[in-house]
Amino acid sequence: MKIKLNIWKQANAKAKGKFEKYELDGVDAEMSFIEMLDYLNEKLIKEGKEPVAFEHDCHEAICGCCSLYINGHPHGPGSETATCQVHMRSFKDGATITVEPWRAKSFPVLKDLMVDRNAFDKIMTAGGFVSIDAGQAPDANANLVGKIDADKAFEAAACIGCGACVAACKNSSATLFVAAKVSQLALLPQGKVEAKRRALNMVAKMDELGFGSCTNTGACEAECPKGIGIDFIAKLNREYLCASFSEAE
Amino acid sequence: MSKLDAKIPEGPLAEKWSKYKATMKLVSPNNRKKLDIIVVGTGIAGAPAAASLAEMGYNVKVFCFQDSARRAHSVAAQGGINASRNNKNDGDSVYRLFYDMIKGGDYRAREANVYRAAEVSSDIIDQLTAQGVPFAREYGGTLANRTFGGVQVSRTNYAQGQTGQQVLLGGYSALKRQIALGKAQMFSRQQMLDVVIVDGKARGIITRNLITGEMERHAAHAVVLATGGYGTIYYLSTLAVQSNGSAAMQAFKKGAFFGNPSFIQIHPTCIPVLNEYQSKLTLMSESLRNDGRIWVPKAEGDKRRPNEIQDEERDYFLERRYPAFGNLVPRDVASRAAKERCDNGYGVGKTGLAVYLDFRDAVKKQGVKVIKGKYGNLFAMYEKITGENPYETPMMIYPAGHYTMGGLWVDYNLMTTIPGLFAIGEANFSEHGANRLGASALMQGAGDGYFIAPYTVSNYLADEITNKVPSTDSPEFVEAENNVKATLDKFLSIKGTQTASSFHKRLGHIMWTYAGMQRNEDGLKKALVEIADLKKEFWSDLIIPGTASEINQELEKATRVADFIDLATLIVTDALNRKESCGAHFREESRSESGEAMRIDDKYSFVAAWEYQGEDKEPKLHKEDLKFENVEVKVRSYK
Repeated sequence: MKIKLNIWKQANAKAKGKFEKYELDGVDAEMSFIEMLDYLNEKLIKEGKEPVAFEHDCHEAICGCCSLYINGHPHGPGSETATCQVHMRSFKDGATITVEPWRAKSFPVLKDLMVDRNAFDKIMTAGGFVSIDAGQAPDANANLVGKIDADKAFEAAACIGCGACVAACKNSSATLFVAAKVSQLALLPQGKVEAKRRALNMVAKMDELGFGSCTNTGACEAECPKGIGIDFIAKLNREYLCASFSEAE
Repeated sequence: MSKLDAKIPEGPLAEKWSKYKATMKLVSPNNRKKLDIIVVGTGIAGAPAAASLAEMGYNVKVFCFQDSARRAHSVAAQGGINASRNNKNDGDSVYRLFYDMIKGGDYRAREANVYRAAEVSSDIIDQLTAQGVPFAREYGGTLANRTFGGVQVSRTNYAQGQTGQQVLLGGYSALKRQIALGKAQMFSRQQMLDVVIVDGKARGIITRNLITGEMERHAAHAVVLATGGYGTIYYLSTLAVQSNGSAAMQAFKKGAFFGNPSFIQIHPTCIPVLNEYQSKLTLMSESLRNDGRIWVPKAEGDKRRPNEIQDEERDYFLERRYPAFGNLVPRDVASRAAKERCDNGYGVGKTGLAVYLDFRDAVKKQGVKVIKGKYGNLFAMYEKITGENPYETPMMIYPAGHYTMGGLWVDYNLMTTIPGLFAIGEANFSEHGANRLGASALMQGAGDGYFIAPYTVSNYLADEITNKVPSTDSPEFVEAENNVKATLDKFLSIKGTQTASSFHKRLGHIMWTYAGMQRNEDGLKKALVEIADLKKEFWSDLIIPGTASEINQELEKATRVADFIDLATLIVTDALNRKESCGAHFREESRSESGEAMRIDDKYSFVAAWEYQGEDKEPKLHKEDLKFENVEVKVRSYK
């Protein structure tokens, strides 16, 4: 295959970026998108040019490193897919492919296609945990968890923290990310004790970090590589509302 | 010899850990806040260790090279985590788990460590559940379990095929809480480049800030390495592409012994190589062997579509060769059996280097819905990568490099031969002998992190209360930083023509050919020569664009490849020295009449611990003799 690439290049966080055009021949349809970029970089380096900086690690859509905005979609074509699982067979021979970093105020670009997602870590630090020390845990079967609740909690817990929801959202909102963690822990008896405090603190932190508001468009759900649904946002709203009425901190 | 004291406590096996814990030195809560600990790595061992030590009151600095602690490669573990809870009333016990691991490891692990790992396994499940890890449950609300290879009980807890992710996020959340409380400090996007030794003790690390390129010095009373395994030595492996053996090599070169480096697990069920630019292989969880049946056509070179081949024309070779365990034999046995079929011309797929893993019978019997509930995400992942639907067409799989049983040699306290330098999780050599059983990696890593290191590190720190952390301006720190800088400058000054990845790929090819699933003396000797040649070429023809004072992913790769080259020599040296077959280490010269691996217990019942002797010099071998007082050493049989 032969393809044309339109890739965002930016030297560092402060520099002004621009699109750079590349033509690439000899692309194998079986290559993953990342392997195609490796192939491009190998070529650029040998030509004495700057390679394209981008992030990837596990190639199994689970680490959440990869974060490419391909042809106007976070993680490119296909549903419930991370960038690392997009293959070149999804593109036509001769296609022009535009690759951008996540675009959101709270995720500043570090270089080329790399962004800083530290804001997600900060939201988690604000309450994405159960307060339990090692050694304090009761028997795992002491608190029964119904299969339906356990499965639902797992569905929310499947979030890989990649940030596609933010990149997809016209408001750059992190509500789906927050909703997934708040819902997971609120669905389980172990997380219920702190549920109110958690919902309030995580939402406050999200707002403080400059993420936008949720306007229920649903783009996040459509682009989430793990298929996390906006029903969890409804759950978050409920948790948040209840907590606002009863928890005074 | 004195350096190789494993410090195994006296007393009966089942009482060693509890008695030892009761007599360990303690640090009072008031003193803990005066003590600093560095933890490198935030996977299933590192994050829990950091969180647990911070919970106790120590000051913990945590480092990872990823942008977030949540991305450590433990996140990709799929199938499950073992615990001897006997939840299924099927005769499980701590002893049974211990026995399975000793046998599974082909009698090359230390009894006391393995027993302790089995002993704490149940507490891990309690701890993770309390953190909100959504383990699979039965309708009644109790924990669900499944079976893994090499055992005859159901002791594996799981969260679909994403157990590693859930278990890791449990540890990550515990760490986040300590960060919120100000007891732990997180340093992400930092690559460790050396360990600093002051007065014979590990006192800090040198790191490079991967955003600014600046060098940083960090000092502490103790350093805990939770830096994972080095399966990426093969280039193509199931590991994340950035996983590496660099921290272990830095420690090795500073005097820490390296234990059994050649013990590398080749995982039988991975998606085969699809193109020549491939940079990584994808694991399909071993749990699939609960319901999938592995086969190849009976006729050599049969090119028909799998569904056209009738049952009587199929060779279910694992069921045929190992009737007692069938498709659930341990990984090393399953991998070699698949290789044997493919080498003899029965392999399938484009390259002939694949066997089928077929769910036809399971789907027929249990229905699509049940199978989807168990393996949904794995099937979806397989379909994404290969474009084939495994509910209808059998998966194609082939073995790939996976987990390293070898690692830094540690004593019972998980301390390396450098005082104050600990190695936990996959980074150490300890519990899995020559082969790891499925779902035991999360168990061992989490066990080390939550319930073992917090005690043993405290025991060490009890004697450090009056010692101040050395200044990062001390000569040892300055020298370490200067050495690291000089190496980086050297990389950048070569200005050759070949990229770090291309060297890694070639190194991987050498290792897979001569030190992969099958090894022999001639091949290993050839490997030593080829690696030495590659090393020369690397140091004279490497190309890295850019500078060291910016984000430079090529520079990061080069540091890792340089370490991999030296590590490869160490692996091959160890493999040459061990002239027996055991577990994953299969020496062609040492096999039984039926072709199975044959141990030579009277000569090789030891841990090979290698001591660095200087650049390009052969390391010195120390032997830790293994004593089996609680199990009878037998020929490992799964027939």
